[in-house]
Amino acid sequence: MNFNFTFSQADKRPMYQQIMEQIIQRIAVGDWPPNTSLPSIRQLATEIKVSVITVKRAYLELEREGVIVTQQGKGSWVSDTIDMNELRHEELEQHLEQAGKLAKSMAISADELLNMLKKYT
Amino acid sequence: MNIPMAVECKAINKRHSHFQLQDVDLSIEQGTVMGLVGPNGAGKSTILRIIMGLQKPDSGSLKVLGHSMPDDQIAAKRRIGFVAEDMRLYESETIGFHMDFIKSIFDTWDQDYAATLLRRFDLIKDQKIKGLSHGQRVKATLMLALARRPQLLVFDEPTTGLDPAVRKEVLDEMMNSLQDETRSILFSSHNTLDIEQISDYITFIYDGRIIESKDKESFLDSWRRLRLVNIDNKPLPDLPNIKQIQQSGRLCAVTVNDYDDSTADQFTKAGLTVENIEHLTLEEIFICNVQYAKELKNSRINS
Repeated sequence: MNFNFTFSQADKRPMYQQIMEQIIQRIAVGDWPPNTSLPSIRQLATEIKVSVITVKRAYLELEREGVIVTQQGKGSWVSDTIDMNELRHEELEQHLEQAGKLAKSMAISADELLNMLKKYT
Repeated sequence: MNIPMAVECKAINKRHSHFQLQDVDLSIEQGTVMGLVGPNGAGKSTILRIIMGLQKPDSGSLKVLGHSMPDDQIAAKRRIGFVAEDMRLYESETIGFHMDFIKSIFDTWDQDYAATLLRRFDLIKDQKIKGLSHGQRVKATLMLALARRPQLLVFDEPTTGLDPAVRKEVLDEMMNSLQDETRSILFSSHNTLDIEQISDYITFIYDGRIIESKDKESFLDSWRRLRLVNIDNKPLPDLPNIKQIQQSGRLCAVTVNDYDDSTADQFTKAGLTVENIEHLTLEEIFICNVQYAKELKNSRINS
């Protein structure tokens, strides 16, 4: 199986967050519907050439967020109680957080940022 | 459950005329990748050579794949693959000659896997060693080591001097060998990107000592840079985990390890405003760690 995860060296977020994002995107666009089995941690790690411990962390965080379910000995799969809206909401929040940080570093005020955002809604 | 250990070093000491390893403790669980980081001359290669049984420590105990080293090194070496830059190959012989040679010594040699690796690495069996580029040479020695299906792969500076494409090929093949979860890798590098990408555990060495040895996620998580504004020019709290302070007027960047939420509180209590808390890359941690260790060493010498 080829998972074709693409990572960006220019992305300053920790690698485990980038892995989480790529998994969430696959679920959000419907490529990985509820109950889809996820590759084992080692399988995904050797496939995308990222250390086992980093993939393990991504899976743990996704489990904590209720996106996937993991059972000892059975592996992990996409949760069937997953709320697509909530998932998209989380993704949106992440983008907003990035935008907020960037704006702050550029000394753009909250009002200004809000005005800029209106262009896209 | 007891996790089997690939390597267990306890209190290893080794004195050379201008350098010494001091009380090195290093454990590697089976199925994991350990990256050794440290500046040139920190002792990375010495540790690897001791683990390989090529040097005898002055004191301390060492087990590799359950075998005591260096006493039981013949049994251990059947199951270890070692790749180092000073590895000698017969210059006037071909890659194929070396494959047959190693096959005749190690019964674990996997001919099909060797052929696969040759193909993936774009190597030709009939090529003579003396005509190989540096990258081809590294790939050839890695192929010779991996095709033995070693339980432990020890790799000294795998990617030094490689172009980005070959570097990726080498790292990819190292990761592929881990599909079998009983296999382990120990490698040294000063390319922090390699270590950050593929290691499960990181050991930081400076001046013959281990400064930190942790799983990579905790390691990267424990270091933070706090961006502070010090309007009233208050003194900074004296915290033991502060590793670096960079001040410029009222702005101040403080780098800490062993970070937790209370760290930021300490600065707030001292009257400073915490503007931002940032993660560090392994490269930034590396540089900060080296500078701090250097200052500490100099202050020891001067006092």
